[in-house]
Amino acid sequence: MPDYAHPEVLVSTEWVEAHANDPTVRIAEVDVDTKAYDEGHVPGAVGWAWNTQLCDTLRRDILSKEKFEELMASSGIKPDTTLIIYGDNNNWFAAWALWQAKIYGHKDVRLMNGGRKKWLAEGRELSAGAPLIQPTNYQAKVADLSLRAFLPQVQEASARRAAAMVDVRSPQEFSGEILAPPGLPETCQRGGHIPGARSIPWGKACNDDGTFKSADELRALYSGEGVDGSKPVIAYCRIGERSSHTWFVLKYLLGFDKVTNYDGSWTEWGNLVGAPVEKGAVAAAKG
Amino acid sequence: MKAEEFQERRLELAGWPVNLASYRIGTEWHCKADNVSPGAGLCRTTGASREEAEQKAIQRAQELLSRTKRNAV
Repeated sequence: MPDYAHPEVLVSTEWVEAHANDPTVRIAEVDVDTKAYDEGHVPGAVGWAWNTQLCDTLRRDILSKEKFEELMASSGIKPDTTLIIYGDNNNWFAAWALWQAKIYGHKDVRLMNGGRKKWLAEGRELSAGAPLIQPTNYQAKVADLSLRAFLPQVQEASARRAAAMVDVRSPQEFSGEILAPPGLPETCQRGGHIPGARSIPWGKACNDDGTFKSADELRALYSGEGVDGSKPVIAYCRIGERSSHTWFVLKYLLGFDKVTNYDGSWTEWGNLVGAPVEKGAVAAAKG
Repeated sequence: MKAEEFQERRLELAGWPVNLASYRIGTEWHCKADNVSPGAGLCRTTGASREEAEQKAIQRAQELLSRTKRNAV
């Protein structure tokens, strides 16, 4: 993975297998399907549920600093632990977890390239039981909100075209033809996209085996839509996990300086009274 | 234990392309159905054979996908 801007944030399945008993490494699985972990997981991995352990369960928000510290401590993670995260759907919610770990300043957090699917497809060892954990006393850093976009920033960026807005949902969600991914419940009142956004579905960044495409391929993909890092980038999707995946690609694989994840995403914008909405297919790319 | 005989195939259900991934862990077969675009998981099933696990997934995915409304743009 030498051609990425920050290859240190990615490890291979081989690397994970070789470090299965490394006491400085903790592996965590985060799936869209929160029961997948119980089916079998990377030996020694803890399982985190995105909908209860990686968000505020009272109000809509990411984890508070205190809750993040509790999760790390109960998972046996110290500030100097190398944290490896992987999951299903090519690491959707693994990227969501990594994004929060970066927000709270965890020094060494990486994704397992290819995620759960690649581990299964390669026939690597699985474990059914949860590991025995020695809890730690974890202290997180103050939240780095430069990695996160809030509604007012997105509204201003859209109105002034001050940032490259990347909509990573499917083309049908972008156009407004459907209000949620096919087969999933509709969670918004209006379909379409944020004015000025470019449609670059998250999956275009991946190979068939779930690994990330090469830096050259990724650069061509995004620059072809006018997203070249010359101005700030805001990624969004429906609830913020797919856009975490794209945020990871732009921030660490391509090394763009100013990339934020708008986790409010379409479930916020598409339900907002009076918010401007564009509908229809993708327009020609602009520089 | 490990996943064996991992296999993926694509088919169309209720007008939507779907990816089926199936494999065996021990004696139990597992199947996961995702929509192809955007790649969201629809369901995960088990069965005594690949065919049984896939059939359950196909049935459930068909139910879910048939509820998806297409809007005029």
